[in-house]
Amino acid sequence: MGMGSDMYRQQILDHYKNPRNKGKMSDPDFSHSGENPSCGDTITVNVSLEDDGETIEYVSFTGDGCAISQASASMLSERLPGTTLPELEAMDTDDITEMLGVDISPMRIKCAVLARQVTQDGAAMHQGEAIDRTTTEG
Amino acid sequence: MGTQETYPIDVGAIREDFPILDRMVGGDIETPGEGEGDTQPLVYLDNAATSHTPEPVVDSIADYYRGYNSNVHRGIHHLSQEASVAYEAAHDRVAEFIGASGREEVVFTKNTTEAMNLVAYAWGLAELGPGDTVVLTEMEHHASLVTWQQIAKRTGADIEFIRVDDEGRLDMDHAAALIDDSTEMVSVVHVSNVLGTITPAAELAEMAHAHDAYIFVDGAQSAPTRPVDVEAIDADFFAFSGHKMLGPTGIGVLYGKEHLLEAMDPYLYGGEMIRSVTYEDSTWEDLPWKFEAGTPVIAQGIALHAAIDYLDDIGMQNVRAHEDHLAEYAYNRLAGFDDVEVYGPPGDERGGLVAFNLAGVHAHDLSSILNDHGVAIRAGDHCTQPLHDKLGVPASTRASFYIYNTREEIDALVDAVDDARQLFA
Ligand SMILES: Cc1ncc(COP(=O)(O)O)c(C=O)c1O
Repeated sequence: MGMGSDMYRQQILDHYKNPRNKGKMSDPDFSHSGENPSCGDTITVNVSLEDDGETIEYVSFTGDGCAISQASASMLSERLPGTTLPELEAMDTDDITEMLGVDISPMRIKCAVLARQVTQDGAAMHQGEAIDRTTTEG
Repeated sequence: MGTQETYPIDVGAIREDFPILDRMVGGDIETPGEGEGDTQPLVYLDNAATSHTPEPVVDSIADYYRGYNSNVHRGIHHLSQEASVAYEAAHDRVAEFIGASGREEVVFTKNTTEAMNLVAYAWGLAELGPGDTVVLTEMEHHASLVTWQQIAKRTGADIEFIRVDDEGRLDMDHAAALIDDSTEMVSVVHVSNVLGTITPAAELAEMAHAHDAYIFVDGAQSAPTRPVDVEAIDADFFAFSGHKMLGPTGIGVLYGKEHLLEAMDPYLYGGEMIRSVTYEDSTWEDLPWKFEAGTPVIAQGIALHAAIDYLDDIGMQNVRAHEDHLAEYAYNRLAGFDDVEVYGPPGDERGGLVAFNLAGVHAHDLSSILNDHGVAIRAGDHCTQPLHDKLGVPASTRASFYIYNTREEIDALVDAVDDARQLFA
């Protein structure tokens, strides 16, 4: 079968059905939301930093949408603690497909990278950058 | 392909004219056409987006380019004359197909969207102003909704929406209440590309005309699937796209009543649409050429002629009967599941398409899984975002049928939906 069937391997479905770190955070260092209009996916990411102000300590998320977007947020929330903000900044699409462990069809890439984009934009705003709105459209 | 006798048309014979229906899919998408990794038989159920092109229509394009390719209305040479005669005859053929009185009322455009924009700009910008209203339905395609929205913004006119009830039917009492003396244009979709609802266009035309308003009927989903008679509807304008009715992309049709098109200024200016030009001013060519500026869609127009011949050979009543048959079958199979929500009216009063959602599975996930089974459907908002907001869902999955589809293909769809159900359980 095509690449699509691989997209729904056990790991993705497991994270979709039993999301890790899903929920609000009482006192995050930063939170940010974004959407992927093509699927109607929404993600809010909450991040707390360690005392150095640069290393990610915990990540939680809330959101709604397709399995790819939500599983990607769940996996990212497990993956990010211990990562520094510059390392987060450097993450690209390949890092996400590697994390997901499956080929994502071109039409669905925007779903897969939404959580990463939201976290990166949130971190940039935390560091004083002005960002209008996060979407993975276009 | 099942028992042919049970279909209103000979599906087996029709399918032989569509070699694309025999291809495999599922492998590498970088190189177009069937390749090594393509191992899944195609089940094509995305006809409301675009239909396939039968051999006689493909041949008509090849014959044109191989045999008499030339610009029209420009040359006195032989090829140009052949091309001009064929291109003009295509207008006559379209007129006959939709019950218009002649080529003067048939303008070739790029697609339905451009036909809509032509009227919105050429008529709307000139005629609309503050205090005027344009009445649409809640199930308009963006082609109509976004276009009238922009024209209303520029002219100060208001837009009102005829309600669609919970069963997906147009609320005709609400229509009667909205359409009044402030109404200048009623612009309605004839067959909804999401709900499958069939709009009572003639009744709406009567309401519009009683208040001296015009009616624009969006026939993108109706002209391909059922007999259409613009004079019986008494439509002032009617539009549709060739690519949804066995024709090529790049051609649409705007029908307009002759006296209305006559009174409208051109929408695009340039060559082919003028009669005489000085450095100071210009005069316009006769209808319909006045609205076809520049080198027109010659090959596409000739191919649309061939597509209409193909459909008329089958008979539009029979096309409709086949659509009705498949719509009812698909509706009944899908609506039979507790976890499937089907949008729009019941199976025996809809066009040949079914939009639905499977509980707990996002439409885009569902369409990815259906794609693994070779089933081509469309997921998204189908260019009707406000309607999906009203339905309370971000997206839906839509299966849409045409003359070559079978019940077995709908069974394949239902099996694939079941696979998604198991996967996400
Ligand atoms: C109801 C309706 N109106 C308008 C359109 C626009 O057609 P086109 O994209 O060919 O302009 C479509 C199809 O996409 C449609 O389904």
